[in-house]
Order: sequence, then structure tokens, then C-alpha cells
Amino acid sequence: MVSIRVNGQARSFDGDTSMPLMWYLRDELGLTGTKFGCGVALCGACTVHLDGEAVRACAIAMSDVAGKSVVTIEGLDPKGEHPVQVAWRNVSVPQCGYCQAGQIMQAAALLAKTPAPTDKQIDEAMYGNICRCGCYQRIHVAVRNASKGA
Amino acid sequence: MTYHRNQHDVAIANVSRRNLLKGVAGTGAFVLAAQFPAIRSAMAYATGADGMPHGVVTNPHVFVSIAKDGIVTIVAARAEMGNGAARTSLPMIVADELDADWTRVRVMQSPGDEETYGNQDTDGSRSVRHFIQPMRQVGAGARKMLEIAAAKQWGVDPKDVVARFHEIVHTPSGRKLGYGDVAEAAAALPVPAPDTLALKKPGDFRYIGKGDVTIVDLFDITTGKATYGQDVVLPGMLFAVIARSPVVGGKVASHDAGAAMKVPGVVKVVAIDPTPAPAAFAPLAGVAVIAKNTWAALKGRDALKITWDDGPNASFDSAAYKAHLEEAVRKPGKLERNEGDVDAALASAAKVVTAEYYSPHLAHATMEPLAATARMSGGKWEIWTSVQSPGGARDDIAKRLGVDQKSVILHNMLLGGGFGRKSKWDFAIEAVLLSKSMDGAPVKVVWTREDDIQHDFYHTVTAERLEAGVDKDNKVVAWRHRSAAPSFMANFKPDPKYPGEIELGMGFVDTPFNVPNVRLESGEAQSHVRVGWFRSVNNVAHAWAIQSFVAEVAHALGRDPKDMLLELIGPPRIVLAAEKATTPWWDYGEPHDVYPIDTARLRRVAELAAEKAGWGRQLPKGHGLGIAAHRSFVTYVATVVEVAVDDKGNISVPRVDTAIDCGFFVNPERIRSQIEGAAVMGLSLAKYGEITLKNGRVTQSNFNDFQVVRHDEAPVVTNTYIVENGIEVPASGVGEPGMPPFAPALCNAIFAATGKRIRRLPIGDQLA
Repeated sequence: MVSIRVNGQARSFDGDTSMPLMWYLRDELGLTGTKFGCGVALCGACTVHLDGEAVRACAIAMSDVAGKSVVTIEGLDPKGEHPVQVAWRNVSVPQCGYCQAGQIMQAAALLAKTPAPTDKQIDEAMYGNICRCGCYQRIHVAVRNASKGA
Repeated sequence: MTYHRNQHDVAIANVSRRNLLKGVAGTGAFVLAAQFPAIRSAMAYATGADGMPHGVVTNPHVFVSIAKDGIVTIVAARAEMGNGAARTSLPMIVADELDADWTRVRVMQSPGDEETYGNQDTDGSRSVRHFIQPMRQVGAGARKMLEIAAAKQWGVDPKDVVARFHEIVHTPSGRKLGYGDVAEAAAALPVPAPDTLALKKPGDFRYIGKGDVTIVDLFDITTGKATYGQDVVLPGMLFAVIARSPVVGGKVASHDAGAAMKVPGVVKVVAIDPTPAPAAFAPLAGVAVIAKNTWAALKGRDALKITWDDGPNASFDSAAYKAHLEEAVRKPGKLERNEGDVDAALASAAKVVTAEYYSPHLAHATMEPLAATARMSGGKWEIWTSVQSPGGARDDIAKRLGVDQKSVILHNMLLGGGFGRKSKWDFAIEAVLLSKSMDGAPVKVVWTREDDIQHDFYHTVTAERLEAGVDKDNKVVAWRHRSAAPSFMANFKPDPKYPGEIELGMGFVDTPFNVPNVRLESGEAQSHVRVGWFRSVNNVAHAWAIQSFVAEVAHALGRDPKDMLLELIGPPRIVLAAEKATTPWWDYGEPHDVYPIDTARLRRVAELAAEKAGWGRQLPKGHGLGIAAHRSFVTYVATVVEVAVDDKGNISVPRVDTAIDCGFFVNPERIRSQIEGAAVMGLSLAKYGEITLKNGRVTQSNFNDFQVVRHDEAPVVTNTYIVENGIEVPASGVGEPGMPPFAPALCNAIFAATGKRIRRLPIGDQLA
């Protein structure tokens, strides 16, 4: 039995604890904002916050999240108005949109720790989040706009 | 289990036509219900839309409904895969002609049903090109009906009544009614004939051409609510993954499901039969594992013991095939276009420049791996998936099931990228087969990234050989181009050997150069993998080879590459040469008189991109500029890339300047996003893109070995310059034409920076 908090809510899971957190969120809780992209922590589409850290939910087993707190895109802000989400909308970042929840969660974690990142810090933090449509230029601008250094 | 949120989303996002009528009627709204024949006389010019299956529908009843509270619902019938055309630009065109307040417009996704909605095949950069005129007609028709209804209610002359921004105004008296107030009365009116419609003057557009309407799914995308095929959840749903034949044409010789069935959560193991070639979009042979969640299905698949019969492609090796293709272009091939006498002109040339180019297979690698969910109840099949051609998929699946089309409902979700991969609906057929094996229980088929990379319909591999003969005055007088690439027609007919007219039309027989002796030939090439179409298709290889070669000729003659390019394009004229092609010239399905090859427009984008990029400017050490210009999808695009190459051979792209002439434009903001994205995708394929095969098996499997460009290496700035045109210039494609010029502009820039000419893609470590 694994007990965790997801978006502030206490949850318990008594299934196969080798199941990655991503499949638990998607298949068991129906929290499909956390996307399946590669399954092996190469693309970042499944990025969530685990005790405040950006992690790839596809590469963390349920056995490793016991007692921890998970925030998904659905729980980032009750009204969807986290500064990163607002910045994203202001520059119309998304094309297909599939990777964007992961991108936003990654950017939110960066800015929580580094409120005024340099361009290089943004590059390094966002490196692991692939966007096949190629929205990187706007992602970069949105992260900068959401930062204190903007 | 908490399925309710998703169920709700699915219900809202995908309402079948029948539900739409019922649902809207239930809220006291009206739905225009009479039939309205698609008379095209109100359209200013013909397009290839008429040649597409089921053509276009201009009936406002089909696309517009207005509730009593004034909320306007517009149906989006095409697939939304990220360019914004289906769910934003087309509904916005309707809303503009309807003069609706966009904040009071809702967009509803239609199911797959071309008889009702017209062609839904979202491919070939056709959405705005084919639907700007019909959608204007839809909006103008609905507006006129509202005006007539209000005039009747007031007992006034309709000529004194005008619908304006969600209100109908009686101009002499200033009286007003809301759209919702007369919606019901308007529903009872006959639909106005197309030739009585007053389309807006372009100066009166509120949204078209402005670029200040954001995509309708923006909020949902940024909050995780946007629902894609992978995200569909139904009550009691089962999850499946499939071990597919690693070799195309292979089948299961034997399999042992014992260990897989012991994995907790695994429900069933099902074999999928092979389909003989040409298999179109039929699933590959394999063994499916159906389970209570995706993870159990994956573990079950790992536990399968399968012996494969690899079939006729068992020894296929892409390295050997490369040599075979290169041989094919070193000898005369099938004639595709001939003017003058190339052999004589080359023999008498003062100088001959020759170069060969090779570009490999590519995977689409959409961010959303493929997925489909199917269930059957009460004699009706329902499918939830993300496909580019929802109508075509629905009809094909009905045919395979041997049931009436109307008993198959295909709900099309948002597509997490498409790029041509989701034009093929093999995964939707898989879901239906597996649901059928479970007596119609809902089953979702999930493709992993490895499945996606290894079982794609790949972008074709191409070898090209170009020869230019130059006379004593340094004029190019001979142009021989041979190209060999396996055809995607192999999906549909046995062993085509040579490209079809669609493939030839994509940057080969339509070469617009002003050279007196031209000979174009295809080399023979057999298909051993599933070849599909990838964003801009054969244009990728042809534009890369041709535009690289232009710069090579320039170098050989000591000319500036931009000047050489403009000289080869020649004076402003309509190019008729392609009409003399041996195989009938396919111009993206468009009538040649409406969308001719106009070199003035190609010149203009080349000159504009060069000017904006500061062509010839001083650059830091290790930097270079390259240019390329290409017409594709009846749109003209030129790109100038600035590259920086460091002493280890690493490349970066500080700046891209792209000019696009896509005729009259609807949504410049989304055109910019497409051009920005094309630069990234172009850089990905140039730098990394390659699928190789050994023993018939794809070597790559995930983003570690099929790399794509990441944030830190993406072009820092892509500037987009959109040529302004009046509405009389037919709208043309946007989603694809940004792609072809990027790779050659990049390679030309690399040559300018380093003196190293790239003749084989990807660039990989060739600069190290």
C-alpha cells in the first residue's frame, strides 16, 4: 500500500508498486494532463512536481513516492492562473499543445527556485522537455516573461 | 476509480451530429435544418477542393447553431493537430462573416462524417486553402437569415437591416435585437441562395487577417484539460499494447502467452493477423496484450515469447539500399520531363558541375504517440482517436467491419502532432479488432515511443544526382536531375518502382528554373519499409538537393549564391514547363490557372528574405549565411539561415529569416508559429534525423537515438515576413511549405561558414 498526496488530496494505492507514477496518475486517477511521451525520461511530457522538484513521472515507480506530495498540471493553480500559465497564454506558445503541460511544470519549478534565471539557466532547465512542433522560441520568451528578471 | 472528469471531457469535446442536434435543441436553441445545395457560383475562384472526396459543404445548417442566449456554436470538422486551422482559423472565418462577437462563439468538434461536413482529410496544407471560401459562405448565409428574421419581426424592409457584432440593427430607427432573439425565427426561413449573399469587403473583416484571435484550446492546453487520443478514458476500459512484427511483411510464426497471462492485471492475449501487401493502413501482424492498465499490458508484452517469421524483407539493410539508390541515379532512368537536348548541351558546356545528395528515412515522432479507443454497444461502434482523416478512417473501418458507415461513430480528439503519421489509421483499426475480441468492451490501444519510432510509415529515403552545364558566358544552359526514392504508392498498389505523380509534383517536375535544356528522370526504387508522407513530403529531399546545388554552382562560378538563385529562377513569368511533364503534372491538386507557378512571387520571397536578413552583412568568425527558396503547396517560401559553427564542429543557429507568400492570409499569428516550428523541425532533420534498418529491423527506438532538436539548440530567433496580398489572390498552404527551404539554407550557411559542403543528411558528426 502506497500513500501519497496528489494535488493536495490524500490517496492510497494498493496495486503493483513497480508501476510508474505517470501510469498511476493517468490510468488510475484519470489525471491525463500529465502526458505520456517517451516512457524513459527523455522528453519531459510527463513532468510533475514531487515535493516541489520537477521530475519525470514516467521514470519514478510508485514504491518511490510513498509519503510524498505530487502536484500535476491540474493542481498547479486552482484557476489556471499561475504566472507561467498566464505568460504561456500571453505569447500564444502552444501549437498542438501535447508537451505544454510538462513544459509549464518544468518552468514553474525553475522559477520557484530561480526567480530571475539567465538565458543559459532557462536553456539548461528546459533542455529535457521536447517540443516536436518547435515552440521553443516562444517557450523561452514565456519563461523569461514569467520571471522576476523580465 | 475516478473516471467522471474524463468522461465529461470526452462528451463535450466530441459530440456526434445526432447528439449535437439533440443537445442544442435541448437547451432551447435552433439548428438550421433545411438542405442547402452546395452551389459554388458565389466563389470567386475554383480550387482543388472539388476534386477531394465529398468536396466542400457550404450549408450553414451544418456548421452554425445559435442559442437563445446568443451563444454561437461553430462546428470544426477537420483535424486540429497544432496549426490552428481546424479549430480556430476556419471557425473564425465563419464568425467574421456572421459578424459574431468571438467571445460568444464556441467551437464544437464534429465526428468523422464527410457526407455531412465535406472532406475532412487534414493533409496537404489544404484547410484554409480549400475552406476559406466555403466558410465565408456559411457565415454570410447565417448572417443573412438573421437579418431577414429581424426584418420580419419589425415589419421593415430587409435592406434597412444589418447584422453587426452580435446585434441586428434597423438602421433608420436604431432598433436592435440580439442574435439569440431571432435565432428561432431565422431557423424557419428558407436558406438564401449563394448568389444573393453579400460577402464582407475585406476592409470590414474583424478577425480575418488580423492575428489577434488566440487558439480556442489555449486555456485548456495550459491547464492540462485539453484531451488527446491518448487521454481518452471510458468506464470499464481495458488497455492494450501490441508486439508488432519487427519486419514489414513479417508475421507471427508462434507465440507463447503463458508468462504474459500470469502478469497481474493481464486479461487476454490476442494475435493480430498479417495483411498481404499492398496493405494500405492495415495493422502490422503481431500479438496484443489486453490488461486492466497500461503498465500491466506493458509488463505482459515483455513476458510474451514470440517467434517471428520475418518474411521477404528479413535481410533488408538500409546501408546497402543507399548504395543501390545511388547507383540508380548514376544511370539513365524513367523520363519525367524533357526540354531541349541535355546530353548535347552538357557535352558542349564550358563547365559541368555535378553533385550527389542523399537524405534518409525519417520518423514523424509526434509528441503524442498513437492511441485509439474503441467499443461496441447496441450495434454501434464508437472510436475515440486522433487522426488527420476522421471521415476516411470511419468509412474504412466500417468497410472492414462489414457494417453501414452510420453505425460507426468516430470521435476525433485533439492530435498531439500529426505531420502525416496520423493520416494513417492503422492504430484505430487495431483498437476495433481488440475491442471486437473482447465482445465490444472498451479497449484503448497505446503505442509507446518505441512502437512509434519502429513502426512508422517513414518519410522516404532519396538519392539525387544533379548536373549543370555552364556555357562560356557562365550561363547555366543544361540541367539534369535524377532522383530515386521508394514510393508511398507501395501502400496502395504492388511494386510501383517509380514515384507517382503526387510525389513527382513535390519539387521535382515543377522545378521553375530558367534553363533551356532540362531533363528530369526517376531511378527505380523498390519499397521494403512502410513509406508514408511526412510534413512537406518529397519536397524535403528535392528542395535540399536542388537548393544546395544552386549554391554549389554559384561557388563553382564564383557567384553570390543569392544572385545565382535569382538568375536561375529567371525573369518574372508563369512557368509552363511542368505542364509538359511526361507524367501528368500534379500541382497539389489545384487548377493550374488559379495557382500557376509564378516566378515573380518566388523571386519576391527570395529578395525579401535576403533583404530582411541583411544578406552580405559582416558576420563574426565561424558564422555564415545561406539562402534557399522553394514553392510547395502552392505557396512560396524563402529562408535565410545564419549558422555559427564552433571549432569542434558544433552548429548553432542564432537567426532565421523567412519570407512567405501564401496568397491572402487568414491568421498571420499562426502562420508565424508554423514558420517558427518549421525551422525547428527542419533543423532536427538536418542535424539528426535518420532511421536506419538492419535485418529488416529499425535500429532506432526512442529520443536517445532518434534525436530531435531541444530547447538549448533551437534557432534563437525566427523572423517571419508575410507577403501582403489582396483577397483576390487565392489562399494557399501554410503548414508544410516552411519546411523545404530550411535544410538547404542551413547547409548553404554551413558552407559559407566553413567551406564544408554537406551532401548527406543528417549532418551528424560530419563537421567534427
